[in-house]
Amino acid sequence: MQEGAVLEVRGICKNFPGVRALQGVDFTLREGEIHALMGENGAGKSTLIKVLTGVYTKDDGQIFLKGHEGPVHIKSPEDAQNAGISTVYQEITLCPNLTVAENMYIGRTKGPFTNWRAMNRRAGEILRSLEIPASPTQQLGTCSIAVQQMVAIARAVDMECKVLILDEPTSSLDEQEVRKLFKLMLDLKAKGVGIVFVTHFLEQVYEVCDRITVLRDGQLVGEYVIEELPRVQLVSKMLGKELNDMAALDKGETVSEKEDRGVPVLEAHQLSSTEGIKPFDFQIYKGEVNGFTGLLGSGRSECVRAIFGADKTTGGTVKVNGQEVSIKKPRDAMKYGIGYLPEDRKRDGIVGDLSVRDNIILALQVLRGFFRPISRAQAEAYADEYIKLLEIKTASSETPIKALSGGNQQKVILARWLLTNPNYLILDEPTRGIDIGTKIEIQKLVLKLAAEGKSVTFISSEIDEMLRTCSRLLVMRDRKMVGELTGEDLQQDKIMATIAGGESAS
Amino acid sequence: MTSVKSKQQGSVLTQKLHSKRQLFIPIAALLVLILVNLINDPSFFAIKVGTNSTGDPVLSGNLITILDNASELAILAIGMTLVTAASGGQDISVGATIAIAGSVVLRVLCGTEARPETLQAPIIVAFLVCCVVSMLFGAFNGALVAYFKIQPMVATLILYTAGRSIAAWINNNALPIISEPSFAYYGNFIPGIAIPTPVFIAIACMIIIALVLKFTTLGLYTQSVGINPHSSRLNGINPEFIKFITYVILGLCVAVAGFIKVSRFSTINYSVVAKDIEMDAILAVALGGNALSGGKFSMAASILGAYVIQFLTTTLYTFKVDSSALPAYKAVVVIILVVLSSPVAREKMAKLWKKVAPAKTAKEAN
Ligand SMILES: Nc1ncnc2c1ncn2[C@@H]1O[C@H](COP(=O)(O)OP(=O)(O)OP(=O)(O)O)[C@@H](O)[C@H]1O
Ligand SMILES: [Mg+2]
Repeated sequence: MQEGAVLEVRGICKNFPGVRALQGVDFTLREGEIHALMGENGAGKSTLIKVLTGVYTKDDGQIFLKGHEGPVHIKSPEDAQNAGISTVYQEITLCPNLTVAENMYIGRTKGPFTNWRAMNRRAGEILRSLEIPASPTQQLGTCSIAVQQMVAIARAVDMECKVLILDEPTSSLDEQEVRKLFKLMLDLKAKGVGIVFVTHFLEQVYEVCDRITVLRDGQLVGEYVIEELPRVQLVSKMLGKELNDMAALDKGETVSEKEDRGVPVLEAHQLSSTEGIKPFDFQIYKGEVNGFTGLLGSGRSECVRAIFGADKTTGGTVKVNGQEVSIKKPRDAMKYGIGYLPEDRKRDGIVGDLSVRDNIILALQVLRGFFRPISRAQAEAYADEYIKLLEIKTASSETPIKALSGGNQQKVILARWLLTNPNYLILDEPTRGIDIGTKIEIQKLVLKLAAEGKSVTFISSEIDEMLRTCSRLLVMRDRKMVGELTGEDLQQDKIMATIAGGESAS
Repeated sequence: MTSVKSKQQGSVLTQKLHSKRQLFIPIAALLVLILVNLINDPSFFAIKVGTNSTGDPVLSGNLITILDNASELAILAIGMTLVTAASGGQDISVGATIAIAGSVVLRVLCGTEARPETLQAPIIVAFLVCCVVSMLFGAFNGALVAYFKIQPMVATLILYTAGRSIAAWINNNALPIISEPSFAYYGNFIPGIAIPTPVFIAIACMIIIALVLKFTTLGLYTQSVGINPHSSRLNGINPEFIKFITYVILGLCVAVAGFIKVSRFSTINYSVVAKDIEMDAILAVALGGNALSGGKFSMAASILGAYVIQFLTTTLYTFKVDSSALPAYKAVVVIILVVLSSPVAREKMAKLWKKVAPAKTAKEAN
């Protein structure tokens, strides 16, 4: 083992049916460092982490831990925990029907002798210190995904650990939460904890990390000290090629002249839902890309869910192409040519055990109706088409979707909605967990859809991304629509100000 | 380049095999049972041509008995598979609702007489009424599970306990007997045809379900709802309705099975007819390697599972196992089979196979 290393792996191999996920990967984590693990979707980052923490058994290779003679054998996540490795997995692995405190202490209670009151108190303290807006006795499932992610982090942090592994912990966090997390990480680093950090956000890597290990297609590309690897090089190391220029993205002719926009594709008046958003007005025109922005929990997702009929609406009217319609359930919205890619991929998006093929055709199949099943050959053709178009990494279209990497699952869900050829597509965090190469592809795709005369509503925690695609931004604060920004006003600082409530636009 | 391609083709192949593997356990179990009987007494498989009570030539022998007696179970396994897939739970009331279905048939055909000279209604009417009633009871179970979100086991416990009393009540506690010979055709033989009618009815049901699964999206919807109701809803499926409808379909299966049961004896005993058949039906689903927690299913494997269970029962009889001890023996065998066909065990075996297989191919290469 190297001097100062807390964790070292040598020659790790892991194969899945049809996929060589890891091929002889080496990785060294030193004491008191934050080490970024980077790579495209499906590069093998999560697999490496799962091998390290005993979720998967490795096919080959060795793991060394500080304080242990020779290679260690980690057979289960429990083993890993006992060896001082705490982990936050990419997909939240907590139990939605337990309380927040129970989730934080699950697997570490003393069976029937647990002092629940003390546990709740302790959980409350941690939640407060991390400023997580949740109460210890609240059921976890009722919290937003971001809060759930923070709870998972809180759980990992509370354990006395020597190694902390965070697999895309920031994917659903906003700026403020990310700040809190970074502060926490830096505190732990100062205490000598080694931290593995996986993310697709380059800025975050350059902000907190000391070293970068890059994986590509299951192989190690190399380990670099952060100062020696500029962004551009990092990207080309990850992709294996130069990245197309990001700035080349062109919003093109944005439909901004109010006069010649015609009737809105969709218009909502004083819409409200059971999720407690204040009644809001909304309209989107043909060929327009607009977006909802705001802090976490500000009601962005709830607004689009109300439009799609995912939550029960409690008031207001909706017009599609000028005709008043009633959208009571997702099926109704789909019939009017609306598609919705949900925020919570695992809960609302994927159908885990079904194949990639069935997941792709699902929405189209429902639209065609119960008595007109898509033939096997046709389904196969659709699946192949989109696997190629979106470059989905999968062994075959038969593979269950849950075996895909997070980013590739997201692409499958996107494929599902593109296949229905919607007139109006709502994308709630479509680029969550997607690598930067593909992210730009998706942004291009959104603009292409708009150029074809489709309308898109885009929600993202990254304001950059919104600025690049949207011609109009609706700002939410405290479950209320507080402003609408267009044209000149579409600037980072102006948006931030409106979100924070310093001034309210229009 | 070529190596990449062949690797991919290989992976597709292993995955195809993977889906076929679900059929492996029931088929293997069937083969073992056949082997055991061959060794024990090859005459087990003898099929004789005899005459039945009406003097017609009919086939007889253990194999015919198995095919015949497994009919109700196979039909129930169809509905139970769908219920399991969509709702992630099982209907334990099917035995009791079979009693109800049978009682309804008797009531319609006999009116209030104990031994009517002539039938009070055409048989087809009795069958249709029986279907409607059974589907209503299925709908009752389905509504509790789908709309009131009660655990399937608990929801169906109601009819499990009350069903047989309801059956007795329908006929005022009387046990009418139907003497009309044409009624017995459905549970026994049609004159001139040497194979028992229930076999044909079961085959007809299998063909119907195969067609339904092929020409509708029932299969996709039930699996999708069973795996993730939230996503299903956001893709426009109505998860509650799909769950509900699977219980109604099971109700229809119960009706057919109940009708066969009455026809076999021209009457039924409410308290013992189809006793414990729900357990066998659930076992058939499990034996087929289907997760009892719902989701993906293989209909063929479930149906095969039903025949394996009947084969096992008949085999145990030929081993002269005391009928009171029969369930215990059956339980032991079933536990072994279910454990073997569980996903965990299948994965373990797949791994073992992988270790053995390369060694073999390496040897072959040498
Ligand atoms: N349980 C599994 N069964 C089969 N294949 C799997 C399984 N888990 C991962 N894979 C495959 O292994 C490869 C690596 O996946 P992994 O999840 O490690 O990627 P990742 O680098 O974390 O990607 P992302 O950025 O999208 O999260 C992918 O091609 C994936 O399809
Ligand atoms: Mg991952």
